[in-house]
Formats: sequence, C-alpha cells, structure tokens
Amino acid sequence: MSQLEERKYIIIGVFILVGLAFITRLFFIQVIDDSYKLDARNQSFRYNTEFPVRGYIYDRKHKLLVYNEAAYDLMVLPKEVKDIDTADFCNLLGITKDEFLKKMRKAILAPNSPRKESVFEKQISPQDYAKLQERLYRFRGFKVQSRTLRKYPMKIAAHLLGYIGEADKERTEIDPYYNEGDYIGISGMEKTYEKALRGKKGLHIMMVDVNNREKGSYKNGLYDTMARSGKSLMSTLDADLQLYGEMLMQNKTGSIVAIEPQTGEILALVSSPSYDPNLLVGRARNKNFSKLYLDTVRVPLFNRATMASYPPGSTFKLVESLIGQQEGVLTTETRYPCSAGYAPLGGHPKCEVHPSPLALYDAIGYSCNSYFSYVFKSIIENRKYDNMYKAFEAWRNIALSFNIGRKTNSDLANELRGNIPSIKYYDRVFGKGAWKASTVISLGIGQAEMGITPLQNANVVTIIANKGWYYTPHIVKAIDGNANDTTLDRFKIRHNTAITDSTIYNNVIEGMSHVTESGTAHLLKIEGVEYCAKTGTAENPHGRDHSVFVAFAPKDNPKIAIAVLVENAGWGASWAGPIATLMMEKYLNGKVVRKDLEKQMMDADLIDQPKYVKPKKKK
Amino acid sequence: MERNKRNSIFSDVDWVVVLLYLLLITMGWLNIYSAVYNEDHHVITDMTQKYGKQLLWIGTSLIIALIILIIDEKFYTVFAYIIYAVFLLACIAVPYLGREVKGSRSWFRFGDFGLQPAEFMKFATNLAIAKFLSNQFIKITDYRNTIITLIIIGIPFLAIKVLEDETGLAIVFSAFIFTLYREGLSVNYLLLGFLAIVLFILALMVNSIYLFIIIGSLCVVATLFIKRNAQNLFVVALIGLVACGMVKGTSTVYGHLEAHQKVRIDVLLGRGTVNLKKEGYNVNQAKIAIGSGGWTGKGYLNGTQTKYEFVPAQDTDFIFCTVGEEWGFVGSTIVIILELILIIKVIFMAERQRSPFSRIYGYGVASVLFFHLTINVGMTIGLAPVIGIPLPFFSYGGSSLWSFTILLFIFIKLDSHRLAILR
Repeated sequence: MSQLEERKYIIIGVFILVGLAFITRLFFIQVIDDSYKLDARNQSFRYNTEFPVRGYIYDRKHKLLVYNEAAYDLMVLPKEVKDIDTADFCNLLGITKDEFLKKMRKAILAPNSPRKESVFEKQISPQDYAKLQERLYRFRGFKVQSRTLRKYPMKIAAHLLGYIGEADKERTEIDPYYNEGDYIGISGMEKTYEKALRGKKGLHIMMVDVNNREKGSYKNGLYDTMARSGKSLMSTLDADLQLYGEMLMQNKTGSIVAIEPQTGEILALVSSPSYDPNLLVGRARNKNFSKLYLDTVRVPLFNRATMASYPPGSTFKLVESLIGQQEGVLTTETRYPCSAGYAPLGGHPKCEVHPSPLALYDAIGYSCNSYFSYVFKSIIENRKYDNMYKAFEAWRNIALSFNIGRKTNSDLANELRGNIPSIKYYDRVFGKGAWKASTVISLGIGQAEMGITPLQNANVVTIIANKGWYYTPHIVKAIDGNANDTTLDRFKIRHNTAITDSTIYNNVIEGMSHVTESGTAHLLKIEGVEYCAKTGTAENPHGRDHSVFVAFAPKDNPKIAIAVLVENAGWGASWAGPIATLMMEKYLNGKVVRKDLEKQMMDADLIDQPKYVKPKKKK
Repeated sequence: MERNKRNSIFSDVDWVVVLLYLLLITMGWLNIYSAVYNEDHHVITDMTQKYGKQLLWIGTSLIIALIILIIDEKFYTVFAYIIYAVFLLACIAVPYLGREVKGSRSWFRFGDFGLQPAEFMKFATNLAIAKFLSNQFIKITDYRNTIITLIIIGIPFLAIKVLEDETGLAIVFSAFIFTLYREGLSVNYLLLGFLAIVLFILALMVNSIYLFIIIGSLCVVATLFIKRNAQNLFVVALIGLVACGMVKGTSTVYGHLEAHQKVRIDVLLGRGTVNLKKEGYNVNQAKIAIGSGGWTGKGYLNGTQTKYEFVPAQDTDFIFCTVGEEWGFVGSTIVIILELILIIKVIFMAERQRSPFSRIYGYGVASVLFFHLTINVGMTIGLAPVIGIPLPFFSYGGSSLWSFTILLFIFIKLDSHRLAILR
C-alpha cells in the first residue's frame, strides 16, 4: 500500500509539470513575443484623424477673403460592406451601378485595400449629406468623414490666394505629416503659408469591436491628440482695390501690381484673365481645373503679375536716368539731340517727333528714345572705367540692385527671375570683345533681351518713390493677428539699392512729374492728386506692343506705387495709363469721378478683337 | 463520533480549501463582468446580464455547499450507486425529454435557466468509482475489476458522447485514469495511453512507412538490451505490433472524426495551411488576447480583444483570455498557481483519509479539476486542442459551477470526518 501512496508524488509531479509548461508558454507569448500585441492593436484600434479647420484669410481691412464650408467625404471600408441594397444606395448618391462597382474596385485595389478605409465619394455638400445621413445606417461599411472646403465670398484674387489640392504619394514621402488625400496648398498664399494655415491634425484612437463598431476612445483619450486649427492670415491686400482692378482688367490680358511704398505691402495684384477661385473647390475642381488648364488662349491659371517676363520698355528709362546720374555721366542739364530716332545708328531706335534737343526732365516727359540711347552709350563708354566691360558690369550691378533680373523673394508662391543680360551672354552671342554699346543700344530703352515681371516693375517704382530703398514686396501682414510673427521678419528688412543719393531720385521724380503735366500722360489727371508716372510701350515680337504704365502718388509722401501692363494694347497712355490712374484715384480718393473713363476701360474687350499688327510706335 | 456530536457541522471543515474556492469563484465572477461588460448595464448585479446571473449561480452554489455539509456523510457512501443511476438516467433521458438549445441536446430548460445533467455526472461517477473501489475485497489489479471500473466510467462517457453528442463533456471522464493509477492500476496502462497519444500525433505528422520502420528498429534495438528469453521477446514483439496497430489505426480514427474535430487537431499540430479567418480563428484570437496582455496586462475592464468579442465564448470556455489580456503574465500565472494549489491541496487531503472511499473520491476531484484546467488553459494558448469545457470556478455557467461545487464540497464533507470514520 505504501508503494501506491508513493504514486501521489508522480501525480503531483505531472500536475506541476503541466502547470510549469503553461506558465512557460504564457511567458513566451505574453512577455517575449510582441507580435500578439501588434495584432491586437491592428484589430481593435481605429485611428481616426481629426482634420483641423484651415485658417481664414482676410484683407487689410478685415474683409473676409477665404473661409471654410463644411463638406463630407463618404468613406468606405470594403470588407464591411455586406448585404446592402445597391440600387437604393446608388439612387441616394446619384450614381449608376457601374460607377458604384468602379468605385468599389478602386477602394479594394492597391494602394487601397479591403481592410483600409478610403474615400468613396468626395466632398458631399451639406444638403446631400443631410439626405445621406438619415439612411446611412442601412449601408454597413460606409461612414462619413467631415472635411472643409474653401469658399471665396468676393471671388477675387484667385492667383494670389492660390488653391488647395490633395497630397499625392510623392508628397507623403517627402513630408510624413501628410497622408495621401490630405489637403495641401498647391499655389499662392495657400502654398506659401501652408504651415500656418493648415494647423495640426488630431489623432483619436478608437477601440472597435469584432464588427468594427466603435466602442469609445482608448484609455479615455490618453494618447489622443487634438486638432489645432490653422492660423488666420491678414493679407496686405485691399479687397476693394483688388476687385476694382480685376473689373478694370476684365477682357484684357495683363496685370496690375500696386504696392504701398513705405511697407512693401502689396495692395492689389491682378493677373488677367483670371477665374473665380470657387471653381477650384470641391467635386467640380478637377473638371474645372482641366478646363482652365486647357484654355491655351486665355491661360487663366497663369499668374502674369509674377510669372510673365516682359521687356520693361520705356519704364526702364527711369532706372537708366538714375544710373546715369550715379555714374556721373548725366545731369539734369545734359541735352541730347533727337531726329525722330537715334542718329548715330541711322535713326534707330526710332522716336516720335518732339522738340529737340531735350534736357533730362523733358526727355523723361517725352520718353525720348534717342536721348536714352545716348545716356546708355555714355554709361557704357564711361572713362571712369578702364574698359567697356567694367562699365557694363557696373551698369548691370546697379540695375540688379533694383531687383530687376532677380527674384524679389516675395511670399508669392511662384515668381520669375526676369533678366538683365550679362557680359557672358553677349560674349557668347557676339564673341568676346566683338560687341560695344551701340551693339546693345536697345538695352538703354528697356528692350532687347531684358525681361521684367510686373511685380518687379512695381517694385522699381516703389524704390523711386522711396528714394532708394524698399521692403521685399509681400502679401501677408499678420499671422493670427500677430504682425510680428517670425515668418514675416524678412519683410521688415530694409533693402537699399546701389543708389542712395536722394537728389538723384528727386531729379527723376521731377521728370516723372513732367510726364503727367506735359508729357505722354498729360491727359490723365487725378482730381486733387499730384502724381508721378512713366508710360511705356513694350515692343512685342509676337504681336502688338504691350501697353505699360508705372506711377506713384501722391508725389510727396507716396501712398501707392503701381505698375500696369496690358498686353497687345499699344501705347502706355492709352490703356495701362488710364487703368493705373483709376486705381490710384480709387485708392487715394476712395471714389472715382472719371466715370466715363472707368466705363470705357471696364467695357473694353481687347482679347476678342482680331489680332493685327499695327505699325510700331514707341512712346 | 464523539467529536461530531459535540460540535457543529462546520467542525473539522478544511477552511483553506473553502477559502481557495471562494477566492476563485470571486475572481471568476469579476472576470465574467469584464468579459461581457456592457456600459448600459454596468451594475455587476444586473440580473439581465451574465454577471448578474453568475452571482445568482454563486449564491445558489453556496446554498448547495451548505446543504452538502449539513447532510450526513454516510448519505454519499450509502447512496453512491443510486445517485450514479439517477444522473445516468437523466443523461440518457435528456436527449429525448430536454429541449434542443442551439443544436445541443444536453440541456433541461427551466424558463431562463438551463441545467446540463452531464455536468453532474462527474461527481456521480466519482462517487460510484469510490464506492466500488473502496470495497475491501476489490483489487483493481484484477482485470475483471478493472473492466468493471472502466464500465462505470464508460457508460456515462458513451451516453454523453453518443446520445448527447457532447464530446467535451464526455472526454472529461478520461481524467479518472489518475484515480485508477493511484489505486493500483498498472503503470503500463498509463504508458500505453501515452504511447497512443504520441503515435497518434506522429502518425498525423509523419508518413506511416517511416514510423513502421522506426518501430521495427526500436524493437530490434530493445532485444539487444534485454534477456533474450521467449517471454521477453514475446513482450517486445507484442509492443511492436500494438504500436504498429496504433499507427495504422490513427488514420482510421482520424477518418472517423467529425470535420471540426479534424480541423481542431490540424490547427493544434499546424498541419497544412491554417486559415486564421476560419478554422484557426478561435485559437489565434485567444492567443492575440492573451499575448497582448504583456507583463501585467491592460488593466481591469480595459481588455479590447475579449470585451469587444474578437475572442469567441470569452465568458465561458475562453474566460482565461480575459485573465491573460487584462491581468497579463502575472495574473495568468497567479490563476494557474491558485488552481494548482487547490488541486494539490485536495490530493494531500485525500492522502490523509483513513477511509478509502474518501481517498478515492478525493483523487477523483483532483483529477477532474486538473483535466479541466489543462484542456481549458491549454487550448487558449495553443497547447491543447479546442475542446469546449469550462475553467473550474471561472467560466460562466450554472451547471458547471454547481457541479464543481458539489464535487468539491462532498469531498470537504467527507474530509471533515477523516479522523472519526473508518469505512
């Protein structure tokens, strides 16, 4: 019997062994192996993104330019979609069965998957959402994610504000903040100020049960992050002025850039033809975008104010006058003859018939081509320098300091550099030492290879109005009400040009005053405002000349500097001039008294008129 | 006898076991609350929820325990066969008289509640085995007595397996092999059983031809180490033949299993490709739940895999998953150790009995509890095939809790008279 009693040890031993085996096994799957924890998380957690509200944009007088409107994305988790009444569902969404199947396929195939939630129908309007929500419970696997859409109450400044689109795969690889399909600023302010406007996404970890029903937040939201709303932007734009400018420019090709000289703030920036920014929002965005994109005649998506480089034309004569004085080859009393052209080169460049010889003020006033050809020649052949190359380089460097041929580095998303041809360039074209002032004489009147954007042109006028300095032109005044936001610091740095002597500027300003009194723009008056201007007619190798006009006003203590360019419109004083003066009148006086001129400008359609090449005239 | 007259019915009751029992049922109840936690019914005594009902089962179990302690201990020895017969009849009758519930024919229904006679067959059979083997003229080593014992165990097994189709409940009866071993059953039977299991598994994993060759070679090797007389050679040859027969029989047995049973064996052994969405789902989800618990678990009521129904039957057969997920390695180990302490404590108690009846009954209690623990925990961690039997004192369910209570408290009652009686 005692032998049998011993058997209890064997039995207990077996029991304990089994217990130890279990504990060992538990140690492996609970403590050592992490894969079960990961599996559990994948199964029972759902990561819900809370999209922040994108920041609003206001104009300089707190007028709302951009706000958000609620929209709803219909999301689908394909593996959950079971036993739904497809016909009813299609009916509700207003899609066909084929479209439904196509969308489902798209949701299942890579990069989506049956186990991954993806967008089924984008940006449903609040009205449709109300209809949908009532009956959504009947369609398992579908849910609604709220998003926001941009809205533009004034329908202006499309190019400035830019538009938003969805982050693509490439973007998500560059910046992990974004997931595919997240909204991101693609152009304009939406792009430049993306970081401020977007805010920060929130993440909510929800627990789901085996049927994928949400069961509340994980650990009461301990690991959740709240979405942080985007910051609002206060633009430097004057919405009324911008609207007025867009009305003046309708049915014309060209641009207006108006800058407040003391601050470098852009008051208006018009690129025409433009479009209603509301077109690039919501479900119609793709359709509208391709329509605008494919409009190769009007090219409405193209921001001419910053992206089009034109020969500066006669407006460059202002810079020319400044450089001449700076280099000591020009005074207000310097006179040059004009025989309806620049005589040394057989009357080229040509000029209008006007009194001759002229001194500086009148030369600017009449925009004498011959005069500025002489000035250019005197600068390039300046004895001060050992050789012409050094003189040319000095000329070019001063011009560059006016931010011509160089990006202004503004906060406008896309900008062209423009061009001032270099020595290297001409050496390549003509051969080293095989060119001289007379070879490139048209640089003196702002033609040849020179290129300048309307924004740069406006900045040049700003510099003259300020007598030698400027702030980088910019479009944002304050971020979230804070004008001292560090992102804006770079707009508070005063840049000086290579010419700082204010008497030099005063002489040119006097010349610009002559333009409006007795010169090319003497017909354009602004009631109660003395202003300074320069007309230009930019030669256009492709067709009719571009009408250019730069100005600032009032003459003393300037409040606005403006550059206007109307493509293929001929003389500066005939189209760009009236538009520029109307803009200044509107801005400075608050109202426009020249109603006839205003109506004439607004009504004119310069796009649809037959394209013909008129005999070239320069002024 | 003198002592009994002097004192109340609680004298000499082993309170350690009672406390272990109370501790385990309380832990079980709290885990059921967590497993089926419903925010709309967060009161733990809410009778519409399983945790409320379980409280009812616990209450009634305590009443039953009290009644058992009050009833004279002689009742169990005298009426052992009658109790056995009554419950056996109930087991046989239930498929015909009971109502079918969810495809199961093993339940008597009383309104909202149901009772499973098969659960109670465990203690009844245990009583019958104890009664039979405690007869001083019976020696289990006599093969006729072995057969009678096996019949006592076999009849309820067949009734439950064949008539009620409850494989899980039936297979528990094999636990009594430990009792029989303790009472003198040759160790050869145990080894034979062990060999059968090993060969069954091997035969499913390895080609039979190789097994035959291996068995043959082992027999030849064996003859080199033993005295080569006729008897020994005969024994070796017999073992070899039996082993080959087992291998051969495996495919037959396997072939006769039901589809879901084959699948469960396949899942356990990792045969073929296991589809984790279908046949492999239960075990995989159970492992995920337990595995995600880590060292100390996710905390009470914070389990996601169990509470949100990823794990099937998370309140009954897979209740251990809730323990593993919410209490982690520490909690799971404590539960296993507590159950083992109870079981081993019962064995030590059994050994201190003067009466063979009490001792044999005690071993039955330990064996049944151990078998439940092994299969139930083993299946959740992928060490045993999925067989639907409850974790003692933990799983939700009236019948199982009542049955474990009765099983244990009869022994506590018998044990309280360990000093006075010699039957």
